[in-house]
Amino acid sequence: MSHLRRPAPKELQPTSFAFTPENQEKAKKIIAKYPEGRQQSAVMPLLDLAQRQTEGNWVPTVAMDYIADMLEMPAIRVYEVATFYTMYNLAPVGKNFIQVCTTTPCWLRGSADVVDTCKKELGIGVGETTEDGQFTMIEVECLGACVNAPMMQINDDYYEDLTPETTKAILDALKKGEKPKAGPQSGRKGCEPIDGPKVLKAFCGCGAASQDADASEGDA
Amino acid sequence: MPKLTVDGIEVEVEAGATVLQACEEAGKEIPRFCYHERLSIAGNCRMCLVEMERAPKPVASCAMPAADGMVIKTDSDLVKKARNGVMEFLLINHPLDCPICDQGGECDLQDQAMAYGFDSSRYAEKKRAVKDKELGPIVKTIMTRCIHCTRCVRFSEEVAGVGTMGAVYRGEDTEVGPYIEASINSELSGNLVDLCPVGALTSKPYAFTARPWELKKTDSVDVMDAVGSNIRIDARTGEVMRVLPRTNEDINEEWISDKTRYAIDGLKRQRLDRPYVRKDGKLQPASWDEAFAAIKAKVSGLDGKKIAALAGDTVDCESMTALKDLMGKLGSPNLDCRQDGSKIGGPRASYIFNSTIAGIDEADACLIVGANVRAEAPIINSRLRKRWRTTAGDFKVGIIGEKWDPTYKNDYLGAGPETLQEILDGKHEFAKVLKASEKPMIIVGMGALNREDGDAVLAATRAIAEKYGMVSGEWNGFNVLHTAASRVGGLDLGFVPGEGGLATNDILDGAAKGDIEVVYLLGADEVDMSKLEKAFVIYQGAMGDAGAQAADVILPGAAYTEKNGTYVNTEGRAQQGWRAIFPVGDAREDWAIVRALSGALDLTLPYNNIDAVRSRMVELSPTFASLNVPTKAEWTDFGVSGDMKSDGFVSPVRNFYMTDPISRASVTMAKCTEAFVKDAAAEKVA
Repeated sequence: MSHLRRPAPKELQPTSFAFTPENQEKAKKIIAKYPEGRQQSAVMPLLDLAQRQTEGNWVPTVAMDYIADMLEMPAIRVYEVATFYTMYNLAPVGKNFIQVCTTTPCWLRGSADVVDTCKKELGIGVGETTEDGQFTMIEVECLGACVNAPMMQINDDYYEDLTPETTKAILDALKKGEKPKAGPQSGRKGCEPIDGPKVLKAFCGCGAASQDADASEGDA
Repeated sequence: MPKLTVDGIEVEVEAGATVLQACEEAGKEIPRFCYHERLSIAGNCRMCLVEMERAPKPVASCAMPAADGMVIKTDSDLVKKARNGVMEFLLINHPLDCPICDQGGECDLQDQAMAYGFDSSRYAEKKRAVKDKELGPIVKTIMTRCIHCTRCVRFSEEVAGVGTMGAVYRGEDTEVGPYIEASINSELSGNLVDLCPVGALTSKPYAFTARPWELKKTDSVDVMDAVGSNIRIDARTGEVMRVLPRTNEDINEEWISDKTRYAIDGLKRQRLDRPYVRKDGKLQPASWDEAFAAIKAKVSGLDGKKIAALAGDTVDCESMTALKDLMGKLGSPNLDCRQDGSKIGGPRASYIFNSTIAGIDEADACLIVGANVRAEAPIINSRLRKRWRTTAGDFKVGIIGEKWDPTYKNDYLGAGPETLQEILDGKHEFAKVLKASEKPMIIVGMGALNREDGDAVLAATRAIAEKYGMVSGEWNGFNVLHTAASRVGGLDLGFVPGEGGLATNDILDGAAKGDIEVVYLLGADEVDMSKLEKAFVIYQGAMGDAGAQAADVILPGAAYTEKNGTYVNTEGRAQQGWRAIFPVGDAREDWAIVRALSGALDLTLPYNNIDAVRSRMVELSPTFASLNVPTKAEWTDFGVSGDMKSDGFVSPVRNFYMTDPISRASVTMAKCTEAFVKDAAAEKVA
C-alpha cells in the first residue's frame, strides 16, 4: 500500500489549518448546496478544497479536524472519508502527481512501458517523489478511460493513448514548466475508433454531412 | 402488522421489524456478528443470510424489513451453503490463535464456526496482519482478529457519544480504530469488550486470568453509583474475576459503567480482614470477642444521646436495619445515612427518581440542576442521550450548574440558584421550552441539595415541577439523582435522625466538641475524620480507608460481592444481590456483625437470619415488600421556601473513577484517572 494512503509522519504534519478567505467563501457556497440538516454531506468537496489549498497537494490531519469542526461532525467521520477515497492524499506529493493506470486494459495496451518510461525519465520508483519535489508517480487501478488505453492522470488532467515517446514528451514539457495538451496523444479527438468515427460523423467535425442533414435523416 | 412465514411457521411481527426479528419470533436462531438490537443496523457481516421466496439470491435478514406475505427459509441447503461461504471468507484473515485468545469459550466466531465452518482452509495466500491500537487502560486490542463488524464503531458513536472509533482505509486495508492514536474517553468503554463478537477488543485488566467455563456466575446489583445496575459477578476459587452487565430494560439495558465493571480489583487491596482495637494509640489485631468487649466497655452506661451512627454510601439495607434497631435499643436518636449532609429525606416523592429511568424514554424536555449526570450516573446519561437520538434532537436539555459535556446537545443555562429562580419566574428562555413540552422532567443532583440552602433549592425545584406541569396524572417528572447506592434505602428505612436527634454535620460538630462520645461508622468514609478525633470511633466495613484510620475499633465487614444484600436505587427500586464469594479472613456479613454486637451488649436484636431481617425491613418500609419494581410515591408538599445563596451548584463527583473506598483502592481506576481526568496529572505533580 502506498505511503500516500497512510497519514504522513508527525514531522510533516502542519500544526494548524484554516481556509483562505477566498476558499472560505467557496466552502460556504458548497455547504449551501445541501439541504438543512444535511450539511455533513459537504465533507467530500471540502476535503478536496483543503487538498488543493495545501502545499504538497494533500490533506493534513489538522485540515480534517478543521472540516469536522466546520461541519459539526466527529473528526473520525472525516478521517473515514479521507482514508477511504484514494483521491485524497494523506501525505504530501510532488507538484506533478502522476497516476499511471495499470489495470488490465491499459496493461494490455502497454502501460508497463509507460511506467518504465516514467521511472527512467524521472529517476524514481513507483510511489516515490523526485528530489526536487516536482514529480510523484504511483500506479493506480482503472480510471475509467479504457477506450484510450494506456493512460495516466497528472493532477486534474488525463493523458491518453500513450506510448513511451509521448510519455517522455509530456514529462519533458512538464519539466520545462509547460503544460502539455491534455487528452489523447494519438491525434484522436476523443474516444472514437482509432481509424476515424463510424457514426455521428457530423458531430465530431470530420464527416461530410451537415448537422441539418443528419437531423432530417433522423426524422426519416 | 406484517404476517410472514418462516420455515412454515406463520408469524406476525410489528411494523418496522426486520426479517431477522421475525425469524427469532418463530424460534429460529439466526447467526450474526454485526447485528445488535441496541445499535443501528449495518448489514456488513452477511452471516444472517436467509432464503426468501422470489428473491434471486440470499438476503441479509438483519437489514431486510419484514413485509406481508414473505416466505422465509432459514434451514435450506442454499442458506447453509451461503453461510458456509460467508464464514470461509471471515476466517481467511482471522488468526488461528483461539488457544491464547481471551475470547475463547465465549466467542461468537468460534461458536458459529462450529456450525458453519470448514475443517480446513482453502486459502493458501498470506494472511493480513493489522497493527494493534492503543485504546487506554481498559480495552486491549488484537486487531488482526477483527472481522469489521463495526459494532464498536456504532456503540461509541451512538451510545457512548464519543466519536473515537471508526473504520478507516478501505478494502483489504480496512482497519477499525481511531485514525490518530486516542484512548476511548468514555465511562462506558468497557461495553466495547462485551460487544466485540471476536477477540479483537478484550478486557485489559482481565487479560489472561480465567476461562469463562471456570467461572461461577452470581447475579448481583452494583453499588458504585445509585443507578443499581444489574450485574453478574464471575468468580473463581474465592476470587472475583470480573463483573458483567445483566440485561434489565428498565435500568441499565445491557450496559454498565467502567467503574461498575472494573473497580472490583480494589476489593483485593486494603481490605479489613480481622478486627482491630486501638491500644496505646495504635490499632492492634484483636479477636471478635476483644473488639466487642472494647465497645461494651465504652458504651455500657453511656447516655444514648452521646452515641451516634453514620451509614456509608455502599452499605446494604440489611445492615442499616440492624444498626438502626441497635441504636434504638441504645436509646440514641443520632443516626444519619446522608454523609454529605444533603437536605433530603422528606416525603418519598422528594428524594426518588419519580419518572423512573425508563421514563426518560417518554420525556420531551429535561432540566438538569446541579448534577453532572455523566460522572454521577453514566447509565442514566446514556439513557438521556438515547432519548435525544431517538427524537432526532427534539429532546431539549437544559443544564444548571457546572459546565460538563453530556455528549448530546444541550443548553447551558447558568451556574446556580439565580438561573433556577429565573426559570421559576418564567423569565428565562428555557422556561418556554418547558412550558411547551408535554412531559417535561427535572433532574436534581446532590450538588444542588447538599448545601446549607438545600431545603430552599428543593422547594424551588418542586415549584418548577408544579409550575411547568411536570407532575400530572400518571407522569411525575420530578427526579432526584443520588450518588450513593445506599441512600434511598437508608431514607426508606428511616436511617435519619430520630426525635431530637442530630444529622451528619451536627454529629460531627458534636463529636468535635465532645458532646458525642461514640460514633459508629457503618462503611462511612466520606466525612471529615478530623472532627472525630475526640470521639470513640467504631468502624465497620470492608475497606481500610479514611474511616478505618480514624477508628478505635474496627469490625471487618463483607464487601458487596461477599454478601446477600438489598439495595434501593435512585428510582426507589429495591433489588437483591447474591453472595458471589465468601468474605476475606475473619470478616462477616454486616447485619450479622451488628446482631452479634447486640448480643455482646445484652441488647439482643430479634432476628437470627437474613429472612427475619428482611421481614423487619418490610415492617419499616413497603419499598421492600415488592422487589424489582419501583413503587410510585405520592406527590405531597416538601422543601422549605427560602432564600437561596448565589454560589453555583458543584457536583459532588470530582473524579468519576474514584468515588468510594473500593474504587479508590482500585489499580484500574487509578490508571483511568491518570489517563482521562484532566487535572489528575497536575495533581500528581503538586
